[in-house]
Amino acid sequence: MLAHLWIVPLLPLLGSAINGLLGAKWPNKIVNLAAIGSTGLSFLSALEAAREFFGSGQAPFRKEFFTWMTAGNFRAGFDLQVDQLTVEMMLVVTGVGWLIHIYSTGYMAHEGGYYRFFSYLNLFMFFMLILVLAANYVLLFVGWEGVGLSSYLLIGFWFLKKSAADAGKKAFIVNRIGDFGFMLGMFLLFRAFGTLDFQTVFTKAGTWPAEPMGHFGTLTIAGLLLFMGAAGKSAQLPLYVWLPDAMEGPTPVSALIHAATMVTAGVYVVARSHVLFSHSPTAMLVVATVGCATAFFAATIGLVQTDIKKVLAYSTISQLGYMFLACGVGAFTAGIFHLMTHAFFKALLFLAAGSVIHALGGEQEMPKMGGLGKKIRWTYYTMLTATLAIAGVPVFAGFFSKDAILFAAFQSPTGGRILYAFGLLTALLTAFYMFRLIFLTFSGKPRYDEKNVHVHESPWSMLGPLVFLAVLSVIGGWFALPTFYQGPDYFAIFLGPVFGARETAEAGARAAAHSLELLLAGVAVVAATIGFVVAYWLYVSRPRKADQIAQSMKRAYTVLLNKYYVDELYAAAVVRPLLWLSTNVFWKATDVAGIDGTVNGIAHGTATIGDGVRHSQSGNTRSYAVWVVAGAIIVLAAIFLWPSASKIAVGLVH
Amino acid sequence: MVPTNYYVILSAILFGLGVFAFIFKRNVITIFMSIELMLNAVNLAFVAFSQALGKLDGQVFVLFVIVVAAAEAAVGLGIIILIARNRQTLNVERVDLLKL
Repeated sequence: MLAHLWIVPLLPLLGSAINGLLGAKWPNKIVNLAAIGSTGLSFLSALEAAREFFGSGQAPFRKEFFTWMTAGNFRAGFDLQVDQLTVEMMLVVTGVGWLIHIYSTGYMAHEGGYYRFFSYLNLFMFFMLILVLAANYVLLFVGWEGVGLSSYLLIGFWFLKKSAADAGKKAFIVNRIGDFGFMLGMFLLFRAFGTLDFQTVFTKAGTWPAEPMGHFGTLTIAGLLLFMGAAGKSAQLPLYVWLPDAMEGPTPVSALIHAATMVTAGVYVVARSHVLFSHSPTAMLVVATVGCATAFFAATIGLVQTDIKKVLAYSTISQLGYMFLACGVGAFTAGIFHLMTHAFFKALLFLAAGSVIHALGGEQEMPKMGGLGKKIRWTYYTMLTATLAIAGVPVFAGFFSKDAILFAAFQSPTGGRILYAFGLLTALLTAFYMFRLIFLTFSGKPRYDEKNVHVHESPWSMLGPLVFLAVLSVIGGWFALPTFYQGPDYFAIFLGPVFGARETAEAGARAAAHSLELLLAGVAVVAATIGFVVAYWLYVSRPRKADQIAQSMKRAYTVLLNKYYVDELYAAAVVRPLLWLSTNVFWKATDVAGIDGTVNGIAHGTATIGDGVRHSQSGNTRSYAVWVVAGAIIVLAAIFLWPSASKIAVGLVH
Repeated sequence: MVPTNYYVILSAILFGLGVFAFIFKRNVITIFMSIELMLNAVNLAFVAFSQALGKLDGQVFVLFVIVVAAAEAAVGLGIIILIARNRQTLNVERVDLLKL
């Protein structure tokens, strides 16, 4: 399978093409066959590729399938590679993607455009696989832009709804800003290394000296530009604004693209380019700071949101912040570890939320839910599992990855304590808003219209993936379990060859500071417990207390409810000036007055002259006779009276 | 021997008459005849110069002009007959369907 690695991404593309081109009139079952079949086969081939990879003693595999373009000594090819990082990403993408495909067959069963939905979803899988399998920046960028395109198409899936169409555009435009930086970063890398091939770039960059803190050399700037792209794709400050709006898309899309896979592409790129970042403490500090700030910032917004999907969206932004924090303090393994566990539990949270929405016939507002725990038990238990995982309760997956990140942040020499403090605070907030979500949705008295809303458990096509993901949310972090009795962290060892010496050193430090790690893990658990207790107190034992607190801190509450007015700020600072500039300068002045004015002016002038001259064509035959004679006289006069003309005329006569 | 001047002056007078009639007459047939008159005035000049210069070129030209004039007469008279049939008039002032 490794020799024919192209099959893995190509299968979803095939499924997308089949459904997109032929599926319009097909019944759902045949569309399902093409969509689930292609992604399922893709998952199986990914598994087979992984098996061969392990069979070959985990030797990094790289193959150039064909040359895509050459210009001078620049070559960009369809080169795919498999190393430990790729295996992990590839399996997460195809595995979680496949589960979400199955879930979608239940969730989207009654929606119009069924074939279109699966065609887009398969297209997304194709581009995401290209992104993670690519062996050079150019091919990675193809996947990068492709997932952006599929994201746009799927956010605007219900394009007749204006808010959905707008959200799609917003996602695309905000991502363009990041992509601009990403492209500049690629150009800079090409200038510095003469190639964009991962292997060559990283080998060459590895020999360069590290750039000291505050020094803006090539690697620092390239790293920062790449991180700009990553911040756009992975919804970090200040480019996170598109992700909450992206919840306009169907819920499985939010689960697959805006939680589990696409938004983690930024983390993947930073981890993949770890050589560049490791050589630049400045870039690392920026990554860590932005990640930490985003984690905290998004978590505070998540505290007060009432839309169940919005809470999860801000939670996603916050968790992505954790991943960048990990990368920024050099713990790439921890970042990727959290990426994986997050893919499991956040996909599960979204899918369970989708199941709740499905049960209530489309209701997304938590104030209109409540008391669902007994009616939709499977959904409740699976969602509770995911909540325990994200809150960092021991044994569940999120605990291990979050613990690894906080530990790495604590140990970081540059601003480690501050990063750790905010990370810990975020963990507390996370536990609070997640349990708030659970309590508002599943416990208490029903606040929905019990007469008209018929609450029903979702079909097994939806519950199956939920259960499966719930299992993964529990066991997904057990790779790191042995660390708690001073054993090895199997995940770190697995990814070790990718991240090289740096991680080995870190693992050594980790073993040495074992008691410290246990202490920090304990502190994190205490923080999560505080979050849980406060949520329980506010939303279960004293249901009215929450409103009272909101009343007493009205100003802070309003600011949070309005998401710090960031959208409004961007509208005032960026969107409206641009709109004004486009409307008045580019549209009305340049286009209408300048370009159109010139073209229309010429046409108008011609028309005016023609209108004047047409009177000579009177239609009166005799006037034409006069014109003929007058013309003859003028020619004769010119010949005889014009000095030089007469010479020519005489010359002709002679 | 009549001097060439006389022929040329006669030719000019005939041509001038043709032009005058071409512009001021209203009857299509008269206008047509004035065109013939101009052609023949030119023919006269050609012949006169041919004689004066002792070359045959002018006379050859005259033959061509006569042939073209004959063809033109055939076409022109056809048009005039059509006008007379369709418009019931020969007055050019009233053949003005293209007028603004």
